[in-house]
Amino acid sequence: MNLNNSRKILKRVIPFVKFRNIFFLITLVYILAGGILLSTIGLNLGIDFQSGSRVEVSAEEPLTEEQVRSDFEAVEADLEPDDITLGGDNNTIASARFIGELSQEEIAAVQTYFEEEYGSVPNTGTVSPQVGQELAQNAFISVLIASLGLIIYITIRFQFLYGVASIIALLHDAFFIIGFFSLMQVEVNVPFIAAVLTIVGYSINDTIVTFDRIRENMPPAEEIGSFEDLAEVVDVSLNQTLTRSINTVLTVVFAAAALFIFGGEGIRSFSLALLVGLVAGTYSSIFLAAQLWVIWNWKKIKRDREKAPAEEEPES
Amino acid sequence: MVKKSRIVYFFLIIFALAALMIPTSEKIVNGIDLGLDLQGGFEVLYEVEPQEEGQEITDETLQNTVAALTQRVNILGVSEPNITIEGDNRIRVQLAGVEDQQAARELLSTEADLSIRDVDDNERLSGSDIRENSASVNFDDANNPIVTVSLKDGDQFGEVTENIINEYSPPNNRLVIWLDYEEGDSYEEEATKEDPKFISAPAVSEPLYTQDIQIEGDFSVEEAENLADILNSGSLPVELEEVYSNSVGASLGEQAMDKAIFATFIGVGLIFLFMLVFYRFTGFIAVLTLSTYIYFVLAVFNFIQGVLTLPGIAALVLGVGMAVDANIITYERIKEEIKYGRSILSAYRSGARRSLGTIIDANVTTLIAAGVLFYFGTSSVQGFALMLIVSILVSFITAVLGTRLLLGLWVNSRIFNKKPKVFGVKERDIHEP
Repeated sequence: MNLNNSRKILKRVIPFVKFRNIFFLITLVYILAGGILLSTIGLNLGIDFQSGSRVEVSAEEPLTEEQVRSDFEAVEADLEPDDITLGGDNNTIASARFIGELSQEEIAAVQTYFEEEYGSVPNTGTVSPQVGQELAQNAFISVLIASLGLIIYITIRFQFLYGVASIIALLHDAFFIIGFFSLMQVEVNVPFIAAVLTIVGYSINDTIVTFDRIRENMPPAEEIGSFEDLAEVVDVSLNQTLTRSINTVLTVVFAAAALFIFGGEGIRSFSLALLVGLVAGTYSSIFLAAQLWVIWNWKKIKRDREKAPAEEEPES
Repeated sequence: MVKKSRIVYFFLIIFALAALMIPTSEKIVNGIDLGLDLQGGFEVLYEVEPQEEGQEITDETLQNTVAALTQRVNILGVSEPNITIEGDNRIRVQLAGVEDQQAARELLSTEADLSIRDVDDNERLSGSDIRENSASVNFDDANNPIVTVSLKDGDQFGEVTENIINEYSPPNNRLVIWLDYEEGDSYEEEATKEDPKFISAPAVSEPLYTQDIQIEGDFSVEEAENLADILNSGSLPVELEEVYSNSVGASLGEQAMDKAIFATFIGVGLIFLFMLVFYRFTGFIAVLTLSTYIYFVLAVFNFIQGVLTLPGIAALVLGVGMAVDANIITYERIKEEIKYGRSILSAYRSGARRSLGTIIDANVTTLIAAGVLFYFGTSSVQGFALMLIVSILVSFITAVLGTRLLLGLWVNSRIFNKKPKVFGVKERDIHEP
């Protein structure tokens, strides 16, 4: 497709590339902020990622979460379970989990209290964070291996630089959501991992669609005379795909927002991660991946030219 | 000239799809197995440890353990248990919909090693002396349930009882029946407890030359049946150490599920509304193909007996996003071509062709990511990846091929010729070629 022809049907061309340094600065600032947040206050890790204690209470009558909560409060004021699940016939068993291990005295106090109150000594045990940690580690390693596979595919179908820029956008999105959760101190549990994986999937999909248009619009390298020419190709491509980028992210945001608002307390942090991460996925395609590519590709074109003159063009 | 036949085909296809989807959708939705996090139940991760020193944990021992566990889960009557081997020495058991978690846990981890000992804890008869599959439930004179097992050798029990009578005088002339006796357990200690660890300790007053042993134990009928079933299903070849367990209350899961379903309906409704408003008639085609997409994803997932979990729903949301995206990419491309001043027919053809490459690349990259996650991932990560793979494949068929088929029928009927509004393009945005 002829670029001039393409320009014609665009009402305006937003010059994204012109402002690339501003985007880099913004990105750098929050990446640094995220790094600082993560290394100082860190993540608010939920029970899945921390060792703790579990107390299993069984009663004759059905239990409710509030009741169990107030029972623990009655034992000791600051004894607050981080998670309570009910089970058994008619919810007669409650399993309360605490982050951090309970002391011997606390366990003794809990046991006496519940024995008096419900007639049976609760089971106590320790919870190991091993499973949650292993899952997070597994997800992390799998994403890294997937990134390698993606670079290989994109290099074959596109070009190496597209691949590297896509993976940087992907890692950016995953990091962004982790940093956001550190900032908001929202509790991180196992479903959060699923949300991050979703964002990774969306991010790569979105970046590829944008890059596909740049590739299509790219004239042969010898027609690119200056950085401005290259920037023009990228700007026109980004503007052409802009309606698509916005509309697609809107539809997935509708789905994530509906889960966030109506999906209930249980999946709130999960849907919040989706909501924020999907927007980050679109942001990174336009403002990070495409901008990195424009700079790297210009360097590559210049480098190739410096090598080339030896072979041809004595006139200039 | 409008070719009406194409439009007739369109409606025939729609009616055929509706006739397929409407009556079967309820069955498909109800047939999907919900995971622990959505349905409630519990999950235990066991570390497999050798029963005796020197025993090696091989793949075969793990397989045998899983087989024995599966049989025990069947005793519980749980449908679709999920028992998987992880690493070299771990077994994860996921039981959705289990009511009595404590009983289930005991049933799973027991080694089912029956032994009969004297009051000094010396073994007189062991599990290997019992005939396989011989345990059954009977009732004694007072109509209390008892469990009966048969010995391989009919004389053995007589000898044991005779020895007990000769060696011990009342009240120590007892046979102590243990399940999972461990080194260090002692009758003397347990006998004083309200709820002793051994099953029962009947006194013998005369030698019993019989092949059948009756075990009394103050059982309920259910407990007796469970014990008989465990004994019949065989002992575990290894010792299971509980590493982790997580319980989710069923009612909690159910509430969470209702809300998530409601939210999904709202989300999908909003997407449909958006597509209709923004893309007009083509948006309507998108609504049709997206509905088909959701139906077939669930149908395929049901068919491969996938277990739907929260990460699975996340993948489904991503799949919906990608299916919508495929539609949007196609429609935007067609709109662009119309703006270049092409006829509707040629704009449709080149738009559909040019967008196809983009969609394929986007889908293949995501598919590669999902494939790697499925191959290297465990539990939740794998569940997510499986659903994502199904979603991408189905979305490719419905949102790419389906959309082209349905929209193609209308465009090729020429009914839209010179009607760019149908695609959401304003006349004044169109440039002459």
